[in-house]
Amino acid sequence: MQHLRRSPEEIAANRARYEDHQRKGLEFAPKALPAPSPLPAPPIDPALVLHRETLPGGWYWSTRVKTGETLRIAQEQGFSAISLIAWNAAETSERLNLVDTVKVQWTTALSKGRVIFSDMGRVMFSVTEDSSGAHDCLMGGSTAASNEAKYGQGLRNSRDNFILLATKAGLDRRDIPAALTLFAPIRVDADGKFAWKPELLHDGDYIHLRAEMDMIVGFSNCPHPLDPNPHYAPKPVTVTRIAAQPIAEDDLCRTATAEAVRGFENNAFANL
Amino acid sequence: MSDFIQTAPSRTLDKAVQDHFIAAEAPFSTIVRKGQTLRIEDSYGQQAIDTLFYNAGDYSERYSNQDTMREQGAAYITAGTRIISNEGRVMLTMTADSCGRHDTSAGACSCESNTVRFGHGTKYLHACRDNFVLEVSKHGMGKRDVVPNINFFMNVPIEPSGEMTIVDGISAPGDYVELKAEMDVLLVISNCPQINNPCNGFDPTPIRVLVWDGEA
Ligand SMILES: [Zn+2]
Repeated sequence: MQHLRRSPEEIAANRARYEDHQRKGLEFAPKALPAPSPLPAPPIDPALVLHRETLPGGWYWSTRVKTGETLRIAQEQGFSAISLIAWNAAETSERLNLVDTVKVQWTTALSKGRVIFSDMGRVMFSVTEDSSGAHDCLMGGSTAASNEAKYGQGLRNSRDNFILLATKAGLDRRDIPAALTLFAPIRVDADGKFAWKPELLHDGDYIHLRAEMDMIVGFSNCPHPLDPNPHYAPKPVTVTRIAAQPIAEDDLCRTATAEAVRGFENNAFANL
Repeated sequence: MSDFIQTAPSRTLDKAVQDHFIAAEAPFSTIVRKGQTLRIEDSYGQQAIDTLFYNAGDYSERYSNQDTMREQGAAYITAGTRIISNEGRVMLTMTADSCGRHDTSAGACSCESNTVRFGHGTKYLHACRDNFVLEVSKHGMGKRDVVPNINFFMNVPIEPSGEMTIVDGISAPGDYVELKAEMDVLLVISNCPQINNPCNGFDPTPIRVLVWDGEA
């Protein structure tokens, strides 16, 4: 099969444009990203609390959340990793997309100031507070087999939890996107191997995810496959749904990067 | 383009049961049967080959990048990697890899993500997700069935800090991967059209796909 190469001028122009993007994307992060959110988590004005749910270890929950509302996901009773998936409530074929999330922000390390994208180039969540910066975009949650290999039979797992909550929302296993696991301190070493970095976690860690579209959000409170604890011991996790608050013009998540700005432009256009 | 590289005595061109050339930027799909060996060849080098697998008997079972990374304990794909489904089953095993490292963290390009990455002016450029949607629609599937894929021959190093970038491909003309099917699979490829980053050396090129029957 023949191939007519693009001209050297076209190739050089595209390379120069990419290198400019890459430089801007990578130079941003160490300068502008804020420090982790303070501990202990500040109290929430009770008048703003729409709902508070405590997920027992091993269990799942899903909720609708409206644009502008914030979900505080908090370890108030000890350590647990918790996996999360999400769909656009109005069009469930639009869903959490972690590969785009990490690619467009040049990092697998989500933390305060970052955003989480759908597969349609729109922002689903802004990370407005985050005390740990220790979340796993890569490996996903547990399965029946991964649990059994580690702990033995009969323990609840994230894969089956997601099938349950998706099915109850009228969806099925084809609709389950790759999952984000919060409070799972995963990093990749120089050989590409995964490592669990417990020093990134603290007692009472929490994260605030501000919804940037109306969504169905699903949670599974199960141990991460790399959790070094040999015992299956997920603690309850509290999810607090907080009423929408005004968003400042210079809101960090909306202005942090050129990529986020363009993602929010896609949101704004979708809402016209 | 490269000459055919023979990797086993029985793996000759005349013994291949499938031999496809896939044009630059094009979609493609075919069935690979259990026991057969699939070769995906980067004929000109430095081409990203975005690939998905579905259980040929039940498309709701499909490639899972997270399950595959979890089961290897590693972020990259290479010889020995077991390609794992969303049901935790082995779909294929990578038996040969002349390149050394393949990405499954960065997903496929799309018109929509291109606007975020490279500016709204890049919206009307052909992209892998459009290829995937067109190709899976031939098999009764839709966008919701397009999941995070493997990018064969794409180099996306992840730093201990979490930083990741797409850098120049390390594949040379003729580099190949071979995968033995452990179940009947539907193979779906988008021969990536991306010209905004170095995954294709800014010049998408044709590829070749071959299939051999298992040795008795
Ligand atoms: Zn592509």
